[in-house]
Amino acid sequence: MELLRFITCGSVDDGKSTLIGRLLYESKLLYADHLAALEADSRRVGTRGGELDFALLVDGLAAEREQGITIDVAYRFFATEARRFIVADTPGHEQYTRNMVTGASTADAAVLLLDARKGVLSQTRRHARIVSLLGIRHVALAVNKLDLAGYSRELFDEVSASFAEFAADLEFAEITCVPMAATEGVNVVGRSELTPWYDGPTLLQWLESVTPSTRRDVSSRLSEARRDETSRFLVQWVNRPDATFRGLSGRVLGGTLRRDETVRLGNRTTSVARIVTMDGDLDEAPAGSSVTVVLADDVDASRGDVLGAASDPPSLADSFQARLVWLHENGLLPGRQYLAKIGARTVGFTATKALGINEIGVDNVHFDAPVPFESYRTNRDLGSFVVLDRLSNATVGAGMIDFALSPSNVRWQTLTVDKQARIARNGHRPCVVWLTGLSGAGKSTIADLAEKALHAEGRHTFLLDGDNVRHGLNSDLGFTDADRVENIRRIAEVAALMVDAGLIVLVSFISPFRAERALARELVGENEFCEVFVDTPLAVAEQRDPKGLYRKARRGELANFTGIDSPYEPPVEPEVRLDTTTLSAQAAADAVVARLRALGVC
Amino acid sequence: MNHLDQLEADSIDIFREAVAESERPVLLYSIGKDSSVLLHLARKAFYPSKPPFPLLHVDTTWKFREMIAFRDAVVAQLGLDLIVHRNPECVAAGINPFDHGSARHTDLWKTQGLRQALDEHRFDVAFGGARRDEEASRAKERVFSFRTAQHQWDPKNQRPELWRLYNTRVAPGESIRVFPLSNWTELDVWRYVERERIPVVPLYFAAVRPVIDRDGTLIMVDDDRMPLHSPPRQELVRFRTLGCYPLTGAVRSEARTVAEIVEEMRAATTSERQGRVIDHDQSGSMERKKREGYF
Repeated sequence: MELLRFITCGSVDDGKSTLIGRLLYESKLLYADHLAALEADSRRVGTRGGELDFALLVDGLAAEREQGITIDVAYRFFATEARRFIVADTPGHEQYTRNMVTGASTADAAVLLLDARKGVLSQTRRHARIVSLLGIRHVALAVNKLDLAGYSRELFDEVSASFAEFAADLEFAEITCVPMAATEGVNVVGRSELTPWYDGPTLLQWLESVTPSTRRDVSSRLSEARRDETSRFLVQWVNRPDATFRGLSGRVLGGTLRRDETVRLGNRTTSVARIVTMDGDLDEAPAGSSVTVVLADDVDASRGDVLGAASDPPSLADSFQARLVWLHENGLLPGRQYLAKIGARTVGFTATKALGINEIGVDNVHFDAPVPFESYRTNRDLGSFVVLDRLSNATVGAGMIDFALSPSNVRWQTLTVDKQARIARNGHRPCVVWLTGLSGAGKSTIADLAEKALHAEGRHTFLLDGDNVRHGLNSDLGFTDADRVENIRRIAEVAALMVDAGLIVLVSFISPFRAERALARELVGENEFCEVFVDTPLAVAEQRDPKGLYRKARRGELANFTGIDSPYEPPVEPEVRLDTTTLSAQAAADAVVARLRALGVC
Repeated sequence: MNHLDQLEADSIDIFREAVAESERPVLLYSIGKDSSVLLHLARKAFYPSKPPFPLLHVDTTWKFREMIAFRDAVVAQLGLDLIVHRNPECVAAGINPFDHGSARHTDLWKTQGLRQALDEHRFDVAFGGARRDEEASRAKERVFSFRTAQHQWDPKNQRPELWRLYNTRVAPGESIRVFPLSNWTELDVWRYVERERIPVVPLYFAAVRPVIDRDGTLIMVDDDRMPLHSPPRQELVRFRTLGCYPLTGAVRSEARTVAEIVEEMRAATTSERQGRVIDHDQSGSMERKKREGYF
């Protein structure tokens, strides 16, 4: 028996949940106790006047029952004699695009539902585009609720033609249109006499016979043409039970891996000595197999590496054109440092364009280390990645690689006069002293006094002031979240260069976001970053208001003002915290210098 | 590959990802058929290494005696590490389903007991055998399901889970429940038990056992702690699911082999959780228990 994963999508009230409930019911997968619960629920909260409301079967969470809507991806299972099915049921609201993308990411085929009376709506087109974007090539268009349109053949033909016209631009290999009435079971499982003019398959017949994409991927499991493709094996875990055995446990993600096959790993060539499983060694392992490989030579391999046929090894790159889908309320900020998980590697990630939740875009993205990859169109598993937030660990985005922008051949130039040489000459270590706090907190005053003291001691210093830099290097930037991120990114890079030059760099910037301050810290070495939180309560800063900015912001003349209508994220563990309500500016500056001594900078 | 091969390969993949990206994984072993399959898949995932984590059994002192005997035999035969946790407060207070009711019994022994054990050992990943086909709220749970430091599950704020790219990142104190059997059905489990010849507790097979009828549920009298109003009847029964014996209903059945169970399942008209007294406490009860940290 084969396994087919498919997704159902449609707008609210198109009858998705009803369709799935009907498929479970008709394929006799509803147990008597489920059915009894359904009957009770249908009477209590059903929308069908006490008749069986199949939607209640699928809408699992209590909140959904109350609201009468589906709010998340639900996975359902049923089987016929021919196939075992996994259905991803995804909601139709626009704001839940992320759920559809999630469901589609593992699906081999899609069932798009629409209400025949409403025809092809913008929602339908959006769903179809996502299905195509995620690489699903086989689609059934369920033209539902025909019972409410007198089973009109003209209407069905019209809707089918209009969808086909729209979908011509998408990457579908096959579209099958089925006239349907899910609540009545028409053309769901058995053919109905109510549509004598229709001679195509019922929905279930289509699901039993559809041959999904020929792309080589694990998620699309029913493929015949795979044996000719070159092998790919992702290393997940190095298996070393004792000194005598060293295997690579992982998964075949393309082609067929064979014993004695010559394979490439990075720039080393070796061959597959054994394919080990608990049931005995194999001669070959098809795409999708989870096995353990023993190589003929003692090649250094680790988690995240991809073994490939030596004739066509996988490439590595760090910059790509990719299609991105944003999944989180906090939008993608260009230049912000995220993490990306691709294959079995997690690396630093930045993008160049802003995206809001549920938005889809094409962008140039950059990973902070080269990764083995393939185009998503060729290999779903090696061409997909998820984007994670560094601080909250949330999954915030998803991406599909189109192609690499450049091979990772930009080598770091080795320089003779290095940081150590400069430290020896200067007699002190370089460091970034990063003062953060609200506008009017006293950052610049304290930074100025601290620099004066360091300079008097003969230290090599430089002060980067927020206002001053905005006149030059960052004069093109405003105060939106995206511009703030870019502002700090540039300052962080400049500060890091100055550290390389051997300087103690005092940076005086509001720098409201933790993520950007974390980025600045990562750009320099350990013990080369001293975060100073100039901790002045908003009320105090607003009362001081040396530049009159708070008054302007309160009057609405300044937008995106930190503390007023733009957030400030205080440091969690700064090296120095200065309470300016109790410390004088000089005492605060002295505390900074004292901390630099304690850190061994000077 | 047929569907069992594919499900097996996916589950092994999940085990390897979770172990590679965690510090202190543990397998929650509840002795039932799903746990048996889970353990079998764990062995396959890391062979020839042993599964690189201990088993944790959250005991209630009310499990069937045959379950405990089976557990100890399996652990001894495979040479695995087993942690048995019994909520000490329940032991002291003698919590039982007769005096305290099934809801409190389950909450105190299982939900609170599990939280104690996870906190004590600071596990950051806990493998469980839950399947999405068991109950409606489970159908929406992720394979890698995030838990707060208080072990809470927030069904409305789950991390999107795409492709096979599982997000395993947690802050200190937080953890992930990992469900390698998410996409398996009860029938898949039995077919796999049959194919792989996986040992399961004999209670799953029909035998003549002493039972009493409690509100239409057949309860097996496993020891003399059960208050009886009349002597038990001898009936040919088996169990579709195993838990605390006073809370687990038997079904009349003649299926004495795995093949006969598979055949019976194909003709079955009730779901396995019907035998579980605790699920029927109130509507939406599984989701509520899960939010509170029940497995």
